[in-house]
Amino acid sequence: MAPQSSIRDTFFEECEDLLEALSEGLAAMAGGARDTETVNAVFRAVHSVKGGAGAFALTELVAFAHRFETVLDAIRSGTLDVTSEVMHTMQRSADHLADLVEAARNEDVLAPDVSEAFLANLDLCPGTEPEPFDTGDTPFDFAAIPLDFGDDAAPAAPGGYVIRFRPKPRLYQNGHDPSLLIEALHALGSCEVVLDLSVLPDWEGPDAMSPGLGWTLRLSTQESETVLREIFDFVEGLCELDISPFDVAPEPEDPLPLVAAPLVPATGFGAPPPAASAAPKQDPAPGGDAAEGRGPKPTLRVDLDRVDRLINSVGELIINQAMIAQRLQDMALASDEDVSLHVEDYRLLARDIQEAVMAIRAQPVKPLFQRMSRILREAAEATGKSARLLTFGENTEVDKTVIERLADPLTHMIRNAVDHGLEGPDARRAAGKDGTGTIRLGAAHRSGSVIITIRDDGAGLNRPRILDIARRKGLVAPETDLADAEIDGLLFLPGFSTASSVSNLSGRGVGLDVVRNAVAALGGRISIASVPGQGTEFTISLPLTLAVMDGMVVSVAGHTMVVPITSILETIRPAPGDLHRVGTDDSLLSIRGRFIPTVDVARSLGFTDPSARAEFPLLLLVEGENQSQCALVVDAVHDQRQVVIKGLDSNYGQVPGVSAATVLGDGQIALILDPDAIAAHRASPAAPVAQRPSSLPDLHHGQH
Amino acid sequence: MTIKVLAIDDSRTIRSLVQKVMEDAGFDCVCAEDGVDGIARFAEVTPDVVITDINMPKMDGYGVISTIRGGEVNQSVPILVLTTESADHLKARARAAGATGWIVKPFDDETIISVIRRVTGARG
Repeated sequence: MAPQSSIRDTFFEECEDLLEALSEGLAAMAGGARDTETVNAVFRAVHSVKGGAGAFALTELVAFAHRFETVLDAIRSGTLDVTSEVMHTMQRSADHLADLVEAARNEDVLAPDVSEAFLANLDLCPGTEPEPFDTGDTPFDFAAIPLDFGDDAAPAAPGGYVIRFRPKPRLYQNGHDPSLLIEALHALGSCEVVLDLSVLPDWEGPDAMSPGLGWTLRLSTQESETVLREIFDFVEGLCELDISPFDVAPEPEDPLPLVAAPLVPATGFGAPPPAASAAPKQDPAPGGDAAEGRGPKPTLRVDLDRVDRLINSVGELIINQAMIAQRLQDMALASDEDVSLHVEDYRLLARDIQEAVMAIRAQPVKPLFQRMSRILREAAEATGKSARLLTFGENTEVDKTVIERLADPLTHMIRNAVDHGLEGPDARRAAGKDGTGTIRLGAAHRSGSVIITIRDDGAGLNRPRILDIARRKGLVAPETDLADAEIDGLLFLPGFSTASSVSNLSGRGVGLDVVRNAVAALGGRISIASVPGQGTEFTISLPLTLAVMDGMVVSVAGHTMVVPITSILETIRPAPGDLHRVGTDDSLLSIRGRFIPTVDVARSLGFTDPSARAEFPLLLLVEGENQSQCALVVDAVHDQRQVVIKGLDSNYGQVPGVSAATVLGDGQIALILDPDAIAAHRASPAAPVAQRPSSLPDLHHGQH
Repeated sequence: MTIKVLAIDDSRTIRSLVQKVMEDAGFDCVCAEDGVDGIARFAEVTPDVVITDINMPKMDGYGVISTIRGGEVNQSVPILVLTTESADHLKARARAAGATGWIVKPFDDETIISVIRRVTGARG
């Protein structure tokens, strides 16, 4: 069997669902659930992985799933108690099963000893003797319909067979048609069929309606008896069957009064006698809940490319809508009530469509969170700590890409939390805490953003030590005095690692800076809060979607630019006395008794044309990483609107300080600023953020 | 006349495989994803043969078989059990429930087609 690759894809997609169901079920069992439904669901998940894997000849996967299934079956039937060891073995086995699926998907092979170790663990589960699983030389070459007969080596027939065949009522009830069996025999050689009427029931008797026909067949063939028996395989036990070989010379030994019949009796025999409908009673037990409805809501699986194409088109629609609105305004038509009504309808409709389309890409974070419980288990095991994961807001929906790209940073942070955050069991108990540490992973929607929090109840950040390390590494000047939040922020600096020894866990040469970059690449931000002795909390804030955002349209040195609304705290028109010059170019904004550094966006992007500058600039107070604030100097603020994000990297290249571009209502292309990056460079104003200002794209080519 | 097959399996993979094999063989194939769904589809499509998995949510394969056999319509339709289990007692149980025949997973295209022809009498 060479199933199409699309079915292979289906299999791996299904495996994701099954593995999710498995880990969900096991989590419920770990929490004490032993109900049939939960255990069955767990069993079925493994069973379905095995069934599908068999179709693709994924032998290793099948063998492991089979062994796993045997243990689950023992639990299901009550012969194996779910002790904490058994539970642990099952969870590790589920992890391994996921690895095997992943390996199969990537056409990798896992080291065989790994599987063997897991198999050995499963073997330790008492009362679950592994059933031999047929992995012979050609394990998946489909032995076709299994035969229950040991006489494969039966000698070829001397000349043929006399077959006496008398169906029982059950044969008809099970949907068999004797004529088909006779036909099949006929295909093996020349066949003489005689209808045996001697068993016809008495018309007047109580069995009048029971089927009473029988046949005696004389089949001349060179086929072995095994082949013959194969034809009757399904009806074994549903009929009286007697097969005896005869020699070449047919002997008229059959004493039965026979009536010669045509080769194949009328196919009308296929219809079962009326008795059939009375005999098998409906089994009331299994899910007699047909009225309960058709289960989950119908779903449709769609190629992601199609959705993305749709999203792209909707983006164009939004731009188009904005352009029309603007054009109408330019033509002074917007004041016409009729026109403005329709334009407003158009705008709302476009928004609706956009939201609906975005919802297609939205997925709950649940599978992602569930994966983290495995990471936690492994991390706890590797560090000898005891930890549990509590998750919240699992049904919070986030853009699919965000979820995918969040997996690595989250993995890293969970490992960090176990490795660096939590204390060892003894230290915890000494501090009066539960020996088992708790890591809380939560998700929630908050005003257009998704907030993901990772909180441990460990010792909290050791700030003196962080500062010490940062000083030794030259990350901060020796005499600088830093606030707590600033010290915490040092963790995100490239190359920072507080682990005194590089453990094989979180210390994989990746620091929190990588996490921060990954989050930033998603348009998000990460912050940290810590209370000594109580724990540390990381908060990741992400945009709901990567396709649109709310932005403030500003001009900078004659260029139109967009600043993400989420980073703007306040717009300020400073009074002349509010700005205090520091050095030659820099100035500080004095606001409510504080001094905040300002960043001249035009200068940091390398726009040097003074004629395009406003006489009275505006300031946008933005909050960067680590809650540090700065004020961006722009020439004018136009309006606030939703913009469609167009990646710049793929079309143009990376421009420091600029995160993406968009097309405005009038067709103008505008760059979307990255306030964090701009603010980060305020420390070195001599070097513009954009290294090659001359290579900035020409933004003023009007219509596109 | 085209043979109409109803395939009941909770595994999307197996459903896709069966459907493809059936359609390649020129059969019409309707799929259902659990026993309850299967029974509903059975009433709608009046299939010539039913292929069912055993281990399914809501209603298992045995339930499907006994529901069909105990019904009023098309109750003698051939029902094939598609199962990973080749253990004899499972076959015996399927037969006791009223299964016409069984196919062991993983199946190959020819086997499943030949079994269908065998129980339906379809040629070609």
